[in-house]
Amino acid sequence: MDIGYYPGCSLTGTAKEYDQSIRRVFSELGINLVELDDWSCCGATSAHATNHLLSVALPARNLSLAKKQGLKEIFIPCAACYNRFVVAKYEMEKNPGLKKRVEEMIEEKADTDIGIVNMVEMFQRIDKELILAKRQKELKGFKVAAYYGCLLVRPNSITQFDDAEMPTSMEEIIKLTGAEPVDWNFKVECCGASHSITNMNVVLTLSKRIIDDAAENGAEAIIVACPMCHSNLDMRQRNISKQDSQHKNMPILYLSELIGLSLGLDKESLGLGLHFTDTEPVLSRFSTAIVAKE
Amino acid sequence: MSSHSNAKHKERMTLADEIEELTGINPLKCYQCGKCSAGCPVRIFMKVSPNKVVRLVQLGLDDEALKSETIWMCAGCLTCSTRCPQNFDLAKFMDALKEIAIKKGVITRKDILKFHKAFLKQIEANGKAFEFGLIRDYKLATFNLFQDMDIAPEMFFKGKIKLFPHKIKNRDAIKKIFDKANKE
Repeated sequence: MDIGYYPGCSLTGTAKEYDQSIRRVFSELGINLVELDDWSCCGATSAHATNHLLSVALPARNLSLAKKQGLKEIFIPCAACYNRFVVAKYEMEKNPGLKKRVEEMIEEKADTDIGIVNMVEMFQRIDKELILAKRQKELKGFKVAAYYGCLLVRPNSITQFDDAEMPTSMEEIIKLTGAEPVDWNFKVECCGASHSITNMNVVLTLSKRIIDDAAENGAEAIIVACPMCHSNLDMRQRNISKQDSQHKNMPILYLSELIGLSLGLDKESLGLGLHFTDTEPVLSRFSTAIVAKE
Repeated sequence: MSSHSNAKHKERMTLADEIEELTGINPLKCYQCGKCSAGCPVRIFMKVSPNKVVRLVQLGLDDEALKSETIWMCAGCLTCSTRCPQNFDLAKFMDALKEIAIKKGVITRKDILKFHKAFLKQIEANGKAFEFGLIRDYKLATFNLFQDMDIAPEMFFKGKIKLFPHKIKNRDAIKKIFDKANKE
């Protein structure tokens, strides 16, 4: 199966292990990711917080590129990019005047027919039996907290994905690895997002609450599908432990890394050594747990 | 939209009118139940709660609304927009207030605007984000030189930060988008 692929800027830099694990895992599962040629940034928070037209035009340029390159759907693993694309599409559909202005800006026809697929939806499309058949390790007894954050599920009227307050789709994917998703309270709470540099204290407070709640509910790792959530929970955990000597490290894994582990892919190819919070406790636990194949 | 460029018309507009023109949201739609502020994760860091900013706009206290730090503290998590019983997209309303505040030059959190500008400068030049350039420009603009000096070298050695930007081919297209967006 072929599908368009828009990695987004984070996946070429700070979240390169997310890109690496995605390419590795989907190639293993027989999915051909066709990277959108000459893709550009979606504008992220900085565009929508300062210039509405810009925030719609930047995704629109990529949508029209996808159309020209014959792609019907694009897989966007970054939850923040995913959100900007679905919102831009929605706004152009609802407001023909806006669409016309955007078309003048991009000097192309704006396309709102391209399907946008997020990380969890990608795994939902793959035959469960195939994942189970390819599984090399059963991550049995591994308790994890599925963290959705903000931008996968909100605003639900636009993303039309799962439930805004109590989503469960990521847990269904996690269960395929044998890992056990815990019941917890902070799966859709905000990590502080783009305040990481300008208001670091906001991020440290919000991220600490998320990590603490996951730990209190027995999670040994948090599973994410967003590079911004990952950087706040993983990299900023360094700052959290500096402030709180009692803090116990919580590994933060991308959903694609977790699936990759169960497929038996090694640490290097999944980029697990590139995290700031040590992933070794997870790795050492499953280094030998090979699934018994009947 | 023909009135958009009419400067005289704009002078007579209230902030509520400007927000409605920019977003289609009528600020009077909010009946002040406060559900947005109850669920706002950043509320504890704000002096003025999000629903109060809407109230300021409703009462015509335009300057106070534009000057409130709240509009800059909004993380854009969309919890309020999702839960509002009136389907009032408060996160979008906060973005509109920032956009108008920038045009009027009323900037309460200059550091946050400098961050956004440094980010967008890289997109405009390269078509993609470039963290090294972003952090360099942001630090120079805010004199916040020492934050994250411990993390930066590790980012570099892990290959997560590059010293040179990756440029897309069709940078002209991006330049045109920025030029037109800034002209509005």
